[in-house]
Amino acid sequence: MSSEQLSSVEEIDLAAARRIAAEHRAKGSSLVTVLQDVQTEYGYLSREVLEVVAEQMQVPLSQAYGLATFYTSFSLQPRGRYHISVCMGTACHVRGAANVLGKLERDLGIKAGQTTADLKHSLESVNCLGACAAGPIVVINGVQHGKVDSRKVNEILRELD
Amino acid sequence: MSTVASEKLTGFADLDALRSSIQAQREKIETTVVLCGGPGCQAYGCKAVIEAFREALDDEGLEESVQLRVTGCHGFCERGPLVVIRPAGTFYQGVTAEDVPEIIQKTLKNNQLLDRLLYVNAQTSQKVQTEKEVDFYAYQQRIISGANEEIDPECIEDYLAVGGYSALAKALSQMKPDQIIEQITESGLRGRGGGGFLTGRKWQSCRNAQGQPKYVLCNGDEGDPGAFMDRTIMEGNPHSVLEGMCIGAYAIGSNQGYIYVRDEYPLAVENLGIAIQQARELGLLGENILGSGFDFDIRINRGAGAFVCGESTALMASIEGKIGDPRAKYIHTTDVGLFGKPSNLNNVETWANVPQIINRGPDWFSSLGTEHSKGTKVFSLVGKINNTGLVEVPMGIILRDIIFKIGGGIPNGKKFKAVQIGGPSGGCIPETLLDTPVDYEQLTDLGAMMGSGGLIVMDQDTCMVDIARYFMNFLCEESCGKCTPCREGTKIMLDILTRICQGQGTPEDMEQLETLGEDVQTASLCGLGTSAPNPVLSTLRYFRDEYEAHVKDKRCPAGVCRELISFSVTPEACTSCSLCVKACPVEAISGGTRKGKGKERTKVPAVIDQDKCIKCRACYEACKFNAVAVS
Repeated sequence: MSSEQLSSVEEIDLAAARRIAAEHRAKGSSLVTVLQDVQTEYGYLSREVLEVVAEQMQVPLSQAYGLATFYTSFSLQPRGRYHISVCMGTACHVRGAANVLGKLERDLGIKAGQTTADLKHSLESVNCLGACAAGPIVVINGVQHGKVDSRKVNEILRELD
Repeated sequence: MSTVASEKLTGFADLDALRSSIQAQREKIETTVVLCGGPGCQAYGCKAVIEAFREALDDEGLEESVQLRVTGCHGFCERGPLVVIRPAGTFYQGVTAEDVPEIIQKTLKNNQLLDRLLYVNAQTSQKVQTEKEVDFYAYQQRIISGANEEIDPECIEDYLAVGGYSALAKALSQMKPDQIIEQITESGLRGRGGGGFLTGRKWQSCRNAQGQPKYVLCNGDEGDPGAFMDRTIMEGNPHSVLEGMCIGAYAIGSNQGYIYVRDEYPLAVENLGIAIQQARELGLLGENILGSGFDFDIRINRGAGAFVCGESTALMASIEGKIGDPRAKYIHTTDVGLFGKPSNLNNVETWANVPQIINRGPDWFSSLGTEHSKGTKVFSLVGKINNTGLVEVPMGIILRDIIFKIGGGIPNGKKFKAVQIGGPSGGCIPETLLDTPVDYEQLTDLGAMMGSGGLIVMDQDTCMVDIARYFMNFLCEESCGKCTPCREGTKIMLDILTRICQGQGTPEDMEQLETLGEDVQTASLCGLGTSAPNPVLSTLRYFRDEYEAHVKDKRCPAGVCRELISFSVTPEACTSCSLCVKACPVEAISGGTRKGKGKERTKVPAVIDQDKCIKCRACYEACKFNAVAVS
């Protein structure tokens, strides 16, 4: 890819952030809402995107960065194609969620909160997904898997390949 | 469900007329198949069942005569996916897509029951046909959650058909704001989010407060792990929340509402959004509601994954687009709240109670419950329990009845150890105190609290020190860091608990946990910090022997804390079935297989290599013959 193409890709990217921020500014939305929608668009919040949002919303970059680091649903790093969330709620905990997370960490070679180098998997732990009956719960790109144990982790990971 | 075309309602008579026409249309429907689409059933694959029904009804040409209704949570998550067939009320559980053609052929077309899908009552071992006969529901009183089955949350007509928005019409047409507040106060309704403050009194303070505009807010930031009551109300019956807020706004004198929903609940955001849009289209939200001259509208704000935002002042800061840190509340939020204006914040379940009280009267509501705790409470009953699910019980019911009569007791013949109530701010209650009634004051006296309604049951295999460490880890991560006692106190308590779990604790550690816990309770800024020590203090109070076993004997009686346990296979009990070998994630188990054929066939018992073993319990849980021992 030539450098010209690269820069045009970047321009398109930032245009979306600019548009989302401008729309929200007109509606009087909060900065948290803007960042949420921008993250939905890009999958994460890059420095460039945060700069655009801060500029559009007329706040210092530090304020946008502050929010992006305070709230755990924001990510400053790109996420994998398969985003794996392991529920660590109390009901899942007493049914062995820590073992499920441990198994995923070992199998993927990453810790919770990290993404594999090939950007295929990212792994995170979440506090409670409210589907306690079927715990331990693992969610991959929005699809729930219930009653997960070590063996089921093998099955689930196989399906992703 | 197709929607009944209707223009904006401009008067109370219009609402009644619309309701009558919907009800008349409903009376013509012969059969309704009600499918639970709640979070529990979703985890069990109800989406495939729903699709299978849609396709099969189309193929059979039944799409006109049989109504398919996908609803929010029915409560009995353990047995999902759930299907109820009306009018007979036939209750099928554990339904799969493969069962659907037979349900249609036999039950829908020929009124035959499918034996294998019926529920067997645990105590009588009898199969039962209808939901009413199921033991799980028999002891409940579902005034808030029961309507979920009648309502497709995307269909406002369903809500209107069961009397929805009649309380709003009554309030706007027949009642003065002061009268409404009086009735809510008289009913004895208290906040369902945890605090238990008298709702009517809070409304009165906000009404009396100086300053305009005023805001009414709904706290849908259900952050307690193991709690999903509010989720099921927002997802399953969103209009009940909107109607409650609208009545509250009229009573308080507010024209703008906000609902703050947890980020992990995308379906709640979606369904609330649809409900708001539909209510606006019918003139039940917006300007001049039902021609009364009263204006009210609602916005939804999504949380962004911070537990502390369930605290009132942090929630308001978050709606304002700021970091969600709380402030001291010398000045109440009813005087200075969102955007510095008088604001009334109630929890989802509290709001959902309001239309009921207006319709059925404060005396009806206060006839339920105990002297100071009125009405019902929705709990999520989870953990080591046979019937996991959502239960709604009258206040005053004893915990033992919830766990054993409704919950069906502990699975696999294990022994009950404790029930954790009130989330990370709550406490663990032992077996000896299970006859305590569900009541705000009595639970607080035990060092627990009502909280938002998570009931997590623990059995003999749960380590109470590990549970205390789990909650402290959660709170330490979620502490916003603004005040020192909470930020540093939770960190130090977590360090001590981790040490104890690793077998490095000392008797002084236990004393320090107690004194530090009391300091954090006293000196923290907000509810997160002041209640953070509860799980530690309550386990120290009721399960001190477990702490002492960790500290003095370097032993974890429940066999949980990894540094203190080892796993081994008892050769005599091992059947060499190889389940443990397959379950082991690190290939630490050898043997466990059968060699040779016929008479020559011999069993080779499994052996665990202690150097490779990571103590993950996978083999212990996989073994069906109790051959894996923890020591």
